Formats: sequence, structure tokens, C-alpha cells
Amino acid sequence: MTETVIELKDVTRTFMISAGAFRAKRPLHAVNGVSLTIKRGEVIGLVGESGCGKTTLARMMLGLLPATGGDIRIEGLPVETLDRLAIARMLQPIFQDPYSSLNPRKSVGSIIALPLKVQNDPDPASWRQRVEQIMELVGLPSRLYQNYPNQLSGGQRQRVAIARALINNPQVVICDEPTSALDVSVQSQILNLLQDLRRELGLTYVLISHNLAVVEHIATRVAVMYLGRVVEEAETETLFANPRHPYTQALLTSVLTPEPGLGVPDTHLGATFPNPVDPPSGCTFHPRCAQALAHCPRVIPTMTHVGETWVECHLYNGSLRKVS
Amino acid sequence: MSAVLEVEELSVDIPVSAGLLHPVQGVSFTVNRGETVCIVGESGCGKSLTALAIMDLLPSSARRLAMRLLLDGEDMLNASERRMSDIRGSKMAMIFQEPMTSLNPAYTIGNQLAEALTRHRRVSREQARERAVFLLEKVGITAAASRLRQYPHQLSGGLRQRVMIAMALMCGPDLIIADEPTTALDVTIQAQILLLLASLQKEFQMGMILITHDLGVVARVADRVAVMYAGQVIEAGDARQIFQQPMHPYTQGLLDCIPVPGKTQRGAHLGAIPGIVPTLIGDFIGCRFRERCNYAMVDCVSEEVSSRDAVQSGHTYRCLLGAQQCADNAKRKASA
Repeated sequence: MTETVIELKDVTRTFMISAGAFRAKRPLHAVNGVSLTIKRGEVIGLVGESGCGKTTLARMMLGLLPATGGDIRIEGLPVETLDRLAIARMLQPIFQDPYSSLNPRKSVGSIIALPLKVQNDPDPASWRQRVEQIMELVGLPSRLYQNYPNQLSGGQRQRVAIARALINNPQVVICDEPTSALDVSVQSQILNLLQDLRRELGLTYVLISHNLAVVEHIATRVAVMYLGRVVEEAETETLFANPRHPYTQALLTSVLTPEPGLGVPDTHLGATFPNPVDPPSGCTFHPRCAQALAHCPRVIPTMTHVGETWVECHLYNGSLRKVS
Repeated sequence: MSAVLEVEELSVDIPVSAGLLHPVQGVSFTVNRGETVCIVGESGCGKSLTALAIMDLLPSSARRLAMRLLLDGEDMLNASERRMSDIRGSKMAMIFQEPMTSLNPAYTIGNQLAEALTRHRRVSREQARERAVFLLEKVGITAAASRLRQYPHQLSGGLRQRVMIAMALMCGPDLIIADEPTTALDVTIQAQILLLLASLQKEFQMGMILITHDLGVVARVADRVAVMYAGQVIEAGDARQIFQQPMHPYTQGLLDCIPVPGKTQRGAHLGAIPGIVPTLIGDFIGCRFRERCNYAMVDCVSEEVSSRDAVQSGHTYRCLLGAQQCADNAKRKASA
């Protein structure tokens, strides 16, 4: 259980953003020094507002985007030494919108079989049988084999996407908002399926979601991202019971549970999301933080261990606190 | 409490190549002054078309039928197109899901805000500008005066939605219809926008219809709730009644589907509603939920199901099962 599958060390990704004609391009640090260790069998939830770098991080793990700095290792091997096919055998993505992630001109059967073809699978005679097996596993009736995506419901399409991801027995599945485009009654079916598959096949998930209730339900560990950095990381239970970082606390308050009479919570996150091209100094969260200290705008916080939690916040750095 | 909007037996028919589509059928509800009514349901249940039918903004091929449609006591069914365009924006206003597509990218915020007022009231540009600044500050936008010169693309999603809200308030409407106003926004911004809407609505004593698929939003904002399924309101009542004692098997199933931090056991199987929504083309007899329902009986196929009263007053549901049995089902589900 403790075997490491993916290791990220101080990973950065910088995009050069055009600021307009005749002006120099400016750097945007989409991912700014993220270290994360993903162990076999885990479900690691990545949460944060849009623009915090969750998807960029996922794309780097998948080898779709080279990192500008730092080290990404899959099964101990640096990602840049692996070719695309090798990465695809180990890591597979499931995307948010099953309406745009499936080729409308290919039948369900050929969509699911495509990874076998891409990997030059040596046994084409067995493809049909294997596709039907995986379809049964994800709860798709085999009569849909010849159907096209536009004949399927949203839930069925997402099942096709899951079947396609699993046909080559990957180690890790990166789920980028797997249920956000689905209705609640379908969402619960897909979440149940993901849970069952993980148990049956011993999969590891990286779950990217803005729905914290979903993350709480499925993830075993959660990393909270803010402006390209992981600001808090802990076991799900610990994080939800005792959120440390003020940003995590605000995120958790904003979860609207279906309990009438409680009213809409006030997150006290005054200012809007800062411009990532021009991030605030010191702790990048300080302009929105209700608990900011005097030195927060000046000093960049470092990761500290508080109880069971890793958190990047001055509130938990004893020595600095005394100084201020 | 006086009623701002009264809707009785509202239906929408759309002719399609396969026949006549009935996306909304027999929807009735009332919105009182200072009250928030949430219409909740999954995609395709007819909640957005209900809103468009009230605003008389349906696509031209669609047909609207109703027994009664009153805004402040005024009949809107027989109102002329000219009268309707006077009413829209002035007495009732709508807030859409995607603020980027509902704001005009070619005009400044100030221009669009002022137009909303000058279109309906005899005011000078200066007065319209003042009202715009006043409302932008009300919706929590800092440096409001300078924002008036900005274009929509210069604002973030949350700010754009605030501008949309300010625009809807320009004429001081009696009714606000918000169609998924926070779906395109981050959770943190969602909470802020909902908080804002709720406080403005109380302050100006408007009636509000909030359309959403998010039961969490409903629970926190609604005074009263209408749950829609396949074009019909299948359950209606106070927010407390709906969430604490859901009667209809669909409402019960829906509440079972969502994980609730601290309540649902982590990693356990969530409830599910098997099957899909029936096609609404042509005439439909019997209960529309029967094929997905655990309690379906023979009569569900043949008998037209009408709304009936639950145990508590003001709470209605559309099911052949008796009130006591529904309450027992809910209790059994809650304890399981």
C-alpha cells in the first residue's frame, strides 16, 4: 500500500502570456513548485478554484505538457524519459465532458478498442471480447457495441470514457471533474462505479474536482491548491475535521449541504481571485485572508507539519509568529 | 403576504418532427412578495422553459398555454407584445447562467446598465448613471464609477454576474427570475453571489424564482420549493418539508444521490435512480416516474396522477401512494 506510483518534486510550469501587441510577454506561473507523492491504491483529491493549476498539474503527469522545472517520476522513472505510449499504459485520463471527449463518428466498440490499437496490441482477435468484458465491468450493455455516442445518455457516455481509460489496465486514472457535467442521479451512479472499480482493480485515482462533497466522499487524501501551489495536504478525514489553512477553511464553509434553515454561509473571502500574472507578494493568499498577520504580505510561507497536516501558512509557523 | 406572480396550469408545447413535445405540463405555483421559490430538477425537466414561458421569451415555434398567469394581478396571457416588453426588465427581470453571453461585449457596463433604466423610465442619462453606480456598490463592486467605462471582458466571472444582478435591479422589479445564476462560478464565488441575491431580495422585498439543479443551493436559499420531473411539478412545499420529509419517491431518491460531508458514510455506495427520463413527445398517461420508481404499481400505468396533500399543510406531491406510506418510506430510507 505504501508503494509510490507518482512522485512530483518542486514541479513548476510557466506560460508566457502576451500582454498585448508591442508589449513584452509576461510569465504566468500556473504551477509553482508543487511536491506531491501519490501512493498505490490512494485516491488523491486536488481541489481549488478555477485557475489554481489543478488541470495543468494533471496534464504534466500525463506527459501532455512538459514541466518547466522540477521532477516528475512515474513508477520511479522520470516522465521526460518515457514516450507517450509508455505513459499511456500506466496513466489514463477521464475528462469532464463526455459530450466532447468522445469521437462522434466512431462507434462505442471502436472508441473503447482504440487504446489497444494505439499500443499495437499483439492479439487483435481478442479485442472484441476484451471490449465486451470491459463494457460489462463498467455497466454498459453489450448491445451498445455498434452504437454511436450521440445515441447514448450522458451517464452512458461517461461509462464509455471510463471503459476506454481502463482497457489497457493502467495503474493510475486521472479523473478531471468526472461528474461535473452530469445530473445528480447520474453522478451518484458514476461515483459508485469509480469506487467499485478501484476496489476490484486496485486502481489509484487522482481526482480533480471543485465539488468538495464529492472529494470528501471518495478521496483518501486531499491537496488544496491556491495560485499554483499546494497550500494544505492531509488525509481526507483530518482535513475535513480540522482544516488549518484559512483558504481551506473558507472552501469548506462554502460547501452548501442540503440542510434547510442554515442559510448561505459567508466565506469572508473578500477580494476576487488575484491575477495570476501579477500574484500578490509574500503569501499569495494574504489579500483575501481574514487572519493575515503583519508579515504575510512580505514573507513567503514554507510548508510546515502541524499535527497530521502539511500546511503552508504563517499562522502555524511558531518562530515567525513571535517575531511579528 | 401579497402574491407577485400567480401561475396556474402552465404548459408549453413544441412541435417537433416526431410529434408534439410537452416539455412543461400543468405547472402551478405562486410567488409572494419577499419570498424565494426554488424550482429544482435535473436537465430536461422543463425548469428553464417554465421561466421563459413566464417571461414570454419562448422560441417562436413553442406554444404557451395556461389557465392563469398574473403579475401583480395583471393578466400576462393576453398582454400585447408591446406591453410585455414594457413589463420585461421593468416589473420582472431575469438573470441568466452565463454572464459572458448575456452581456453585450461591444458596449461598456455603464452603457448597458443605463439602457436598462432609460428604456423603461423617463430619466436623464445622469440619473441613470447615478442609479448604476448606486447599484454596483450595492452588489459589492468596488470603484463602481470607474467600472462603468469597462467592457464585460475586463471583468471576472463573479464580477460579471454581479453586474447582471445590478442590471436586473435597475428598474426595481417586483419579480426576479434567476436561472442557474451560480452554476458557471467557483464554489467560493457561488456562496458570495447567493448571499448577495438573498440579502438584496429581502431588502427590496422582491419575489424571486431561483432555478437550479443543486439541492444544496435550494436548501440554503429557498422559502418554498417546487421539484420538477419530466415537465411536471411532482412535489412542492416549504424548504423544511421537502428536505426533512420528502414525499415523492423521486425527491427521496434525489436526496439519496448526493454525498453530504459529515452525514453520508465516506466511501459507501450512494443512492441511485436507475433508468432514464421518458420521452415527452405525444400524450403520456399515468405517472412519468413509474419506470424508475421502486414503489410502482399497476395503477401507475393507467391512472392520471394529480397532486395531493401531504401530512403537513402547504406540502403537496404527485403520487398514487398515500401520505402515510410516503412518510414511512422516507423514514425507512433515512434509517437505512
